[in-house]
Amino acid sequence: MKRVRIGNGCGFWGDSLDAPIRLAQAGRLDVLTLEYLAELTMSILALQKAKDPAAGFATDFLDVLQRLAPILHEQPKLKIVTNAGGMNPRACAVKANEILAVTKLQRWIAVVSGDDLLPNLRALLAAGHRLTNLDTGEPFESVKDRVVSANAYLGAAPIAEALAAGADIVVTGRVADASLTVGPLAHVFGWQFDAAHLDRLAAATVAGHLIECGAQATGGLWINANEKTHLENVGYPIVEVEADGRFTLSKPENTGGAVNVETVAEQLLYEVADPAKYFTPDVTANFTTVQLEQASQDVVAVRGGTSNGVTDTYKVSAAYRDGYMAAGMLVLSGPNAVQKARWSGKVLLERLAAAGITFEHSRVEALGAGDVVPSSHPACDPPEVVLRVAVKDSKRAAVERFTKEFAPLVTSGFAGTTGYTTGRPPVREVFAYWPSLIAKSAVVPHVEVIA
Amino acid sequence: MKTVPLSTIAHGRSGDKGNHANIAIIAYTETGYQHLRHSLTAEVVKLYFVEWNSTRVERFEAANVLGLNFMLYDVLAGGASRSLRIDTQGKTLASALLEMHIEAPDRIEEMRRSGAS
Repeated sequence: MKRVRIGNGCGFWGDSLDAPIRLAQAGRLDVLTLEYLAELTMSILALQKAKDPAAGFATDFLDVLQRLAPILHEQPKLKIVTNAGGMNPRACAVKANEILAVTKLQRWIAVVSGDDLLPNLRALLAAGHRLTNLDTGEPFESVKDRVVSANAYLGAAPIAEALAAGADIVVTGRVADASLTVGPLAHVFGWQFDAAHLDRLAAATVAGHLIECGAQATGGLWINANEKTHLENVGYPIVEVEADGRFTLSKPENTGGAVNVETVAEQLLYEVADPAKYFTPDVTANFTTVQLEQASQDVVAVRGGTSNGVTDTYKVSAAYRDGYMAAGMLVLSGPNAVQKARWSGKVLLERLAAAGITFEHSRVEALGAGDVVPSSHPACDPPEVVLRVAVKDSKRAAVERFTKEFAPLVTSGFAGTTGYTTGRPPVREVFAYWPSLIAKSAVVPHVEVIA
Repeated sequence: MKTVPLSTIAHGRSGDKGNHANIAIIAYTETGYQHLRHSLTAEVVKLYFVEWNSTRVERFEAANVLGLNFMLYDVLAGGASRSLRIDTQGKTLASALLEMHIEAPDRIEEMRRSGAS
């Protein structure tokens, strides 16, 4: 009975740099996936690429690949599938190739692209694709001139194609997260992307969804985690999948964390709207037919993910410029800390107003006073709270001026003001998220194996 | 009336998609799930989070995992890209809802978490 072991060593750009190494070392994997793209990562990468045509991908992947080299020598059949390519998968693959050469590894790298719609945006709009906001119904015209990135979420088919073409490492741009797992499974088991295989694609999608956030399946964020869960060396998730789509979820031996029906159920429903219709480019998966069962210590058996059809659209994630923001913090302590924090927030904003600076949006929070957790009612007056003030405005100069208003409170604010050690908060440009749909027929995924 | 926090009989996790959040509440037992199916409605959740101004709350059932999944639309003040809250993605929502007090159910002993994992 052929089984494929796929482990995900990275849930997002910013996740542990050691996890992929440890997982590849101990996971007995056939495939290592590495997931780098959150909703807005592409906008940051787009700006990098605009400044430097050889940039625009998740550079952490190159560090990870370098450190994986000895393991790749020991495990010649280990494949890597990653969306680290971001806005420039080709440049990422070229750099990865250089690392392979230096570390004397013989591997074929394939690039999956075609997700980047920006170069073709005008033509697509002229052809009648509306890119209407999926959440608000607003027309794309309202943000068109401020768009910095627009990417379709490609599916597993081009990944499977890349592996079929002989790739050992597949570097993609934007793809649906679960597709990083579905692609290798479709390739190994010979599944076609047709109606007859939709249930298996759905089962594989469940597997991909469970591992795409890394440690979130193996004890991370588990409501009942405690010190004995040993998250300090949490193992990252591995699915071992059979040809009919059944699989087990586990983690490497001798690692911390936990894999049980609770951790898996929590991750199953994470970022899900209607669980009977989890939309991916490969299949609309029905999570309500999934059955979870503890098979042994830290191993959960999963079966039953089924298909609810497949759509003829790709989700498109666009990012557009939407002003600037900054947030600063101070600690207020002593009696009446909460009240002093709120007064301090008002003082700060009123001083700016007196200088002629107001903001389109501002927010004052007293962290520790119940401002973060909705409907919480702290029983007593905390001895200290963190004042946080955040502003957003279309004028960068106003936001920069705001960042200079925290320090004065250290001598002209209230007694017990402290915690100003990190300097002025940074101003960051805001890229707002614009979700829409586009017909699959309008997008052409491209697979290229590079030398 | 004796009350207990929802966490006595359920666990869960919250997630985000743009400006929306989902909160999955997962009962520990079938008995607890049936109780929550009747009592933990979308209206109850909407009211509990009234400060966060969700435009609409929808509830979905995932009986296979004893789960009730709530979608809270437009609750994230712009979401990860634009919210000025420190918790841009609603990471606190599941724990917050689990702290909501409910009337202690008659069969509460059949609804608690059993054993350790």
